[in-house]
Amino acid sequence: MSNRILMQGNRACVEGALYAGMRFYSGYPITPSTEIAEISAQRLPLLGGRFIQMEDEISGIAAAIGASVAGVKSMTATSGPGFSLKQENIGYAAMTEVPLVIVNVMRVGPSTGLPTASSQADIMQARYGSHGDYPIIALSPNSVRETFFLTVRAFNLAEKYRTPVILLTDETIGHSREAIVLAKPGEIEIYDRIQPAYGEEYVPYRIEPGEIVPRMPAYGRGFRYNMSGLFHSETGFPSNSAANAQESSDRLFSKIYDHVEDIVTYEEYELEDADLAFVTFGSTSRSVMAAIKKLRKEGYKVGMFRAVTIWPSPVKQIKALADRVKHIVVAEMNRGQYVCEIERIVQGKVPVSHLGRGNSAILLPEEVSERAKEILK
Amino acid sequence: MYKEFRLSGSGGQGVILMGIILAEAGVAKGLEVLQSQSYGPEARGGASKCDVILSEETIDFPVVREPDFFISITQDSADKHGHGLKESSVAIFDSGIDIPDHLGTKNIFVYPIIETARTKLGKPITANIITLGVISALTDIFSQEELLKAILSRVPKESEGLNKRAFHEGIKLVNRDA
Repeated sequence: MSNRILMQGNRACVEGALYAGMRFYSGYPITPSTEIAEISAQRLPLLGGRFIQMEDEISGIAAAIGASVAGVKSMTATSGPGFSLKQENIGYAAMTEVPLVIVNVMRVGPSTGLPTASSQADIMQARYGSHGDYPIIALSPNSVRETFFLTVRAFNLAEKYRTPVILLTDETIGHSREAIVLAKPGEIEIYDRIQPAYGEEYVPYRIEPGEIVPRMPAYGRGFRYNMSGLFHSETGFPSNSAANAQESSDRLFSKIYDHVEDIVTYEEYELEDADLAFVTFGSTSRSVMAAIKKLRKEGYKVGMFRAVTIWPSPVKQIKALADRVKHIVVAEMNRGQYVCEIERIVQGKVPVSHLGRGNSAILLPEEVSERAKEILK
Repeated sequence: MYKEFRLSGSGGQGVILMGIILAEAGVAKGLEVLQSQSYGPEARGGASKCDVILSEETIDFPVVREPDFFISITQDSADKHGHGLKESSVAIFDSGIDIPDHLGTKNIFVYPIIETARTKLGKPITANIITLGVISALTDIFSQEELLKAILSRVPKESEGLNKRAFHEGIKLVNRDA
């Protein structure tokens, strides 16, 4: 029992990052993500790591990309307008295939909005925030405990697929304290990027047989290569060829979308005989869970599908859900974002509606129940 | 068992520490806990608020809505947060406070917490630990030993004696009334 401790969500994020091997953090503090910077600043130097408070959010992510290229697992965290500022470099990391974890503790926007209030309105920005076509992985925890484990997973996925991974938490989870038992060393497998061996022929963006992504040497360790946000050939040098751009883009997408089975995780609750399914994620899932437990006692056939991996979206699972239930309600703390993705997947097979709002007031279990009763009456 | 606490006072009085101690006592007892606090300008002076949920089962909805225990040690925080209680709620106030109308409960307990901190302990900063003593005596969730252990694991070693005294003064405030 003694290793069960009280911990804040933002601290659990840092503990997860350190467990996964993070040894570099750079960023610019902003509420409600500031504790992640503070705690990283306290902890990293003691572990031989580095913390840099940069002059703004843009350089915060840029330095983290640089550290990752130099071979160190890196993270940056932000909220609200800070996430907007990070978008250009998220695209750069996607294009250059740099492993990186970006934490966004969501607060109410647009602009500076409500700095201390919780929200889930950066769902679409997490997917499409940077310009151009690129895939992204985004994960969303619904508790302090899950924040720890998903941060570890975010690093593992970033390393495995050489991609930026976004951890989408929110003020409610980030600032709450709950009981947690941290994983012991060795309890969770940690994935490290594959590096080329010395003495072999090295082509920076060539994929070796049986591997998913190009091997990635640490800058400054004897491998000379060029890294560019321009479309590039296997050599890493820019290429204007449309055929090369198509091939490169295909590869960026297929490395993620060919592995959705590995990347997508979710939780299902009481769906076996459900007529109505709430699709939800993050802190809102806790309002939905509270409502469903009560509704079930009253005899209503209601269940929950909680997306843990937000992007790529759980297409197969949502299609199967649409075959099973008569109604889907997407519950999220925004004016309707993930509902667009769910509608796209369901394609009119069953009615899909939205439950949410744009202010800081968390959805109440009663509001969830009321909607369920309206639909099932 | 499912209990909601709303602790309130002025920024700097250690209201949030009081909530963390309560939550850590819950963790040590094997309970599910959730602690959250008001953030924003009001956390620096003005009315500060800390919510704690203690439960034997998983805590789904992560927000305190109808506190079983409402505690307020300043007028500002009583006015701002002292409403919407249920009939069965227990409200604990410092004796310097005019009890707000529309509190929602008649289970009201009033103790000279601030005065005790100032005169008996000689340190206004002990008001939060005195309040934990009051909570300990008025509730049966934790034994006195369990709560004191949680307090001592959070306060600096050199102030252990002071905090023990503060805790026991809080218990005495309740027992003297009984």
